[in-house]
Amino acid sequence: MEAFVKPGEKNRLKERPERPAKEELQPRVVTTPDGQEITVEPLKDYYCEAPPKVHPPAYFKIVEDLFNWARAESIWILGFGTGCGAIEMRPLMTPRFDAYRYGIQWRPTPRQANLFVISGYLSVKTLKRAIRSYEQMQNPKYVVGLGSCTINGGMYWDSYNTIKRLDRYLPVDLYITGCMPRPEALLAGFLELKKIIKAGKGEGANRYAENFAWYKANQKQVIHDWDMPDYSW
Amino acid sequence: MKDLIDRLGTLFTLGDITEKRDDLAFVSVAPDLLRAVITHLRDVEGFSHLVLLTAVDWIEGGRFQLTYLVNNRTKACDIGLRVFIDREEATMAGIHDLWPTAATYQRELKEMFGIDFPGSPRIDEEFILEGWTDIPPYRRDFDTKKYAEETYFHRPGRETFDPATHMKDKLYPGEAS
Repeated sequence: MEAFVKPGEKNRLKERPERPAKEELQPRVVTTPDGQEITVEPLKDYYCEAPPKVHPPAYFKIVEDLFNWARAESIWILGFGTGCGAIEMRPLMTPRFDAYRYGIQWRPTPRQANLFVISGYLSVKTLKRAIRSYEQMQNPKYVVGLGSCTINGGMYWDSYNTIKRLDRYLPVDLYITGCMPRPEALLAGFLELKKIIKAGKGEGANRYAENFAWYKANQKQVIHDWDMPDYSW
Repeated sequence: MKDLIDRLGTLFTLGDITEKRDDLAFVSVAPDLLRAVITHLRDVEGFSHLVLLTAVDWIEGGRFQLTYLVNNRTKACDIGLRVFIDREEATMAGIHDLWPTAATYQRELKEMFGIDFPGSPRIDEEFILEGWTDIPPYRRDFDTKKYAEETYFHRPGRETFDPATHMKDKLYPGEAS
């Protein structure tokens, strides 16, 4: 994986005009059941405003190693397929490749998952949903980019609605190359991810918290109708 | 198909006629005639199914071509109606009252080509794109590569190798090729 680009690097991208918030997010007056009239600001009142926090390793190394071993041996993938790569995961679940041997399983909600596999091309529209899903996952969490599209745009390198570099929007731990990578490649990638986690380098969630402003700026650069809280968890 | 076009020709002024197969033909009609022709096809000739409504951007001629493809289920044949409209003031009478599905096609054309269909339901709502601020992306004067370069981050180092020589150098380095 290439070195992480530090915040503060030159942004040569085009400035975009601000758009007004959607109607359901505008502040409005609501009548409560007991007849009071109160003003509701949806983005402030319905969501938590606290930014993500960094959680450094808290215990002795030997205990952390045990924790990391446990984390590595139970990788639970969020069942959210963003592109064609989602179809590669069906054979992985089934007896031919059987990822469950490695303690890898697919979970239906972000709260139960600790690995987000961005499977293939990621359009701006899906990026919005992917960010929300990623932020709702519990620490420690990992991101794997699948296929050339997440690395450099792949075959969508000149597309008007597909992002080209996933690591500018979400903290990627590992890329799996190919278009599409076969299930064997995914298994190899997951074993590689286990090594990363066991070595204590799977710190994507902390990287995201440390460079939160930079990630947010990049995300808002492409998502022009930002109609959600800055951090949803 | 030939009889059908002859019958149409006695009723309406038709433009170019292209017979592709026994069961497929394309006919050009003037924009203000289109609703009359397509209603006649639907109600009299039995072309009850709207297959698609799509557009082509002829930027050199400064016009859009709209293609209305309708299908006769009983005779298993299709006829396409071609309409040319001005590119600058791209408006067209909608057919959403004849086929409700046309409203969806018209929303797509409005978003992707900027062709307006006044009165079509939900025509001004976003169809697929979210927060799109540029010119409609299917117009040929929209430069998608330039847009992508200005909007998304590049990873340096995209280069292409000839697979044969690349693998040869990789597998047998130092050998004379």
